[in-house]
Amino acid sequence: MPEFVQIDGLKRYFDVSAPWLVRKLEGRPRQIVQAVDGVDIAIAKGETFSLVGESGCGKSTVARLVVGLYPPSAGNIVFDGHDMVAGRGRATQSALRRRLQMIFQDPFASLNPRWRVFDIIAEPIRAFGLAKDKDDLRRQVDELLRQVRLTPADGVKFPHEFSGGQRQRISIARALASQPEFLVCDEPTSALDVSVQAQILNLMMDLQRRLQLTYLFISHNLAVVYHISTRVGVMYLGRLVEQAPTETLFRRPKHPYTRMLLDTIPDLEMTGRQRTPVAGEVPSPINPPSGCTFHPRCPFANERCKAERPRSLPVEGGLVACHAIEEGRIPIEDRTYAARSALSS
Amino acid sequence: MAATNNPPLLEVRNLRVEFPTRRGTLLAVDDVSFEIAPGEVLGVVGESGAGKSLTGNAIIGLLEPPGRIAAGEVRLEGRRIDNLPYEEMRKVRGARIGAIFQDPLTSLNPLYSVGRQLVETIQTHLPLNAAAARKRALDLLKEVGIPGAEHRLDHYPHQFSGGMRQRVVIALALCAGPRLIVADEPTTALDVSIQAQIIALLKRLCREHGTAVMLVTHDMGVIAETADRVAVMYAGRVAEIGPVRDVIKNAQHPYTKGLMGSIPHLGERGGRLTQIDGSMPRLNAIPKGCAFNPRCTLRGQRCLVERPELMAAGASRAACWLHDSRGVGAPIGKETVDA
Repeated sequence: MPEFVQIDGLKRYFDVSAPWLVRKLEGRPRQIVQAVDGVDIAIAKGETFSLVGESGCGKSTVARLVVGLYPPSAGNIVFDGHDMVAGRGRATQSALRRRLQMIFQDPFASLNPRWRVFDIIAEPIRAFGLAKDKDDLRRQVDELLRQVRLTPADGVKFPHEFSGGQRQRISIARALASQPEFLVCDEPTSALDVSVQAQILNLMMDLQRRLQLTYLFISHNLAVVYHISTRVGVMYLGRLVEQAPTETLFRRPKHPYTRMLLDTIPDLEMTGRQRTPVAGEVPSPINPPSGCTFHPRCPFANERCKAERPRSLPVEGGLVACHAIEEGRIPIEDRTYAARSALSS
Repeated sequence: MAATNNPPLLEVRNLRVEFPTRRGTLLAVDDVSFEIAPGEVLGVVGESGAGKSLTGNAIIGLLEPPGRIAAGEVRLEGRRIDNLPYEEMRKVRGARIGAIFQDPLTSLNPLYSVGRQLVETIQTHLPLNAAAARKRALDLLKEVGIPGAEHRLDHYPHQFSGGMRQRVVIALALCAGPRLIVADEPTTALDVSIQAQIIALLKRLCREHGTAVMLVTHDMGVIAETADRVAVMYAGRVAEIGPVRDVIKNAQHPYTKGLMGSIPHLGERGGRLTQIDGSMPRLNAIPKGCAFNPRCTLRGQRCLVERPELMAAGASRAACWLHDSRGVGAPIGKETVDA
């Protein structure tokens, strides 16, 4: 039984080679970026699945593949039993498209500055023919604006009249306009200040409860991901190195890269926990390291890690792609975090 | 920790930064005062538009026109530096104050090798010949943890990754052995794992050299890890200033409390985050009285008319009438709080 959203062996390669003539004259090889290199994700209805990772790990590419902004190089995306890859571009897909929408990172770039807010939000309703007449359209847009805590009077304004947080509310209203069931959110709060981020996260959680939405949430902020998701996948150089239910991932992280990421979260509680800054940086996805791509930065890497790509294997309710975990070379330890209630006055 | 008996290294008194525009003068930094002791790390936090970066720029004399210091003074080691002529300020900046900016790509010249930029900066501020300056540049690169510093010296900025570039910028700031570093969002453009490396590096260097740091950032986590004291800015004013532990764990100003509550947190999950409704006022529409009052749930009549100055509050100082003996005045109906 496939899940609501089922992604199997998803790959996306980008050709970033120099032009053909330059390549021939200078004897340069083709250069392929393996942005997404074999990702499997299953998302159940009503849950929030988050992808985390550093810049360049391919998480945004996964988001764009899922909504169909890029065609995948290989692999399959099945949405509620319908194959999204094979049926790409067919008329039957437009009905599916309505049920899946995206929220982008930059609320300044993702709204047309020449359109009034009313038209921005009405566009999906018009495009999918969801309104009976003009009055119905107005009623729907007003309701959407109220849903995201704006007022119907805001409809006549232009995007530049709003602050960043309000603009992100408009993006959310637009995404909700086609009555979707699945929302792909690519860093929806990274461009916002923390107090505004809290407003948007609260709003997204309220909407999820009220409208039974399913989220694929992309973020580099681990604390945000911890707060909002039911399950988390950690990406590194185009591959999913670990996925697990949120509590499991944060309490008992297994993959060395996950542990490293958790170590880098600044410690607001000042428990005196020693942060171990990990040496090195993310290598180029053009020539990723052999075997396990994390091996040059991994303190537990051995010969096998350099040669053989690890498979995702089930460990304690999650999936982990690591030879050291598979062989039991590194112990799995519990982590604890101070509760906020214990420290506030 | 700040030693109170030492004279402060940097003293900012009643600083005002104004932007004259056609529609009137905007007050971006309004009567800001603080000091930094030698070797101390002062964090300055706030949301976009709070005036934190402008405060930093005013101190290093790099306010972009038409912005100007309208009142107040800045003293470095007792000497006034806010009214120095451009050329003299240029000597202070670099020699006595180092600066680190957010984007390491724009703070380096793409046309010169890293070594040449370091040597140029060193020779501008220190009486060293070319060979000695190059030696110092090499030592600096090693100190900031750039692997293979010998041959990296002749590389150009584009050949470095973001984290490595930020290390080079730090090396540049340290060239002449400054007493104070003004770091404006030094880790914002970097990935979390690199961010941790850069913070660790800054902390180590400051400890070893006894350099004071003014760390401007919007990231409370970075402040919690790095700073000794923290100043929270809101709408161009300091809302609260105090030891970092007290400000984070026992905030005295309603804005600081809300800010801390709105940060997602690893100890608990799924619940609603504390939310401060509304957003920071624009500079042309700063409310009368306390600038935070339209968003404050604890405000009273007095907050609408009288502007609070910093006053003792717990272990910190907060600009809030809640800590005054006369309090916030008569309560106000809730309906005036706009969403």
